[in-house]
Amino acid sequence: MAKQLYWEDVKESDEITPLPKIATTRMLVKWAGASGDFNPLHYDGTFAATQGVGKPIVHGALKRQWLIQLMTDWMGKEGILKKFSCRYRAMDHPRAMKTMFEETDGETWWCKGKVTKKHAEGDVHYVDCDIWLENGKGEVTTPGSATVILPSKG
Amino acid sequence: MLPEAVTKFIGASSGTTVFEVEKGAIKKFADAVDDPNPLYWDAEYARNSRYGSLITPPGFFGWPVHLAKGQTFLRSAKQEGTESEKKGELTTELAKAGYPRNLDGGIEYEFFAPVRAGDILCGSSRIKDIIEKKGTTGTLIFVITETTYTNQNGVLVAQVRATAIFR
Repeated sequence: MAKQLYWEDVKESDEITPLPKIATTRMLVKWAGASGDFNPLHYDGTFAATQGVGKPIVHGALKRQWLIQLMTDWMGKEGILKKFSCRYRAMDHPRAMKTMFEETDGETWWCKGKVTKKHAEGDVHYVDCDIWLENGKGEVTTPGSATVILPSKG
Repeated sequence: MLPEAVTKFIGASSGTTVFEVEKGAIKKFADAVDDPNPLYWDAEYARNSRYGSLITPPGFFGWPVHLAKGQTFLRSAKQEGTESEKKGELTTELAKAGYPRNLDGGIEYEFFAPVRAGDILCGSSRIKDIIEKKGTTGTLIFVITETTYTNQNGVLVAQVRATAIFR
């Protein structure tokens, strides 16, 4: 893991280290099992077609969890995620599999973010951020925001 | 206008779920996200951290993980259970009112305490609001559910506000 980030290291409009992700049909089945969300919208193409979404879509909650990882990676093990929110504005479709473990070529998603504000209450040091998920075309499908507490050098 | 059969759910409690945070479930969750953070995987690393134990990723306990017995938020009213019984009935009523399909609209969390492997969490949900919005593709119904989680020591762990969109 990267070295610990301190509140003093951060300034407004700083970029959060981007995190790439690739959604595959295999990953969505794993997520269904791990999260307990067995909605066939995410793995059954025939069902998805009847629901007006065309083909299976990436779980919103998985995109949420990617964006949470963006923040937990960035804040380091001494950081605390205090607030998090995101909206599933547009749908994403996973890459199909080419072999059991290897996906076909296709889009890569990027979790990104920017520091919007630094503030402190007593000795608790907060950083507010805008965060978002971009699809392969660079469109934001999942915008959100997060607040982390970072350690201070005092 | 939404029928009373739907709006009567505003303010309704959708029950309480109690579940244990199992180590294996944390790893499966982190694996599905492809998140290698050692706080979820490496017991010794986690023991030496500020937490003293493996923890869950933030969001682990959120909807829909807490729905025990393989339930999802789509569960029908016929299934037995507690947590989403009201939501299941609401789903049925919304389908009758002409909104049979639903999508996850978004989520808001506020975190108050870490969740460690072995914790017993208790989640209490309430349907906070049901809002009708006219969009370009027709009317959408937003169902807002708020859930409060506490741990076995009675400590508030998180508050979650989830939006489901029915159409």
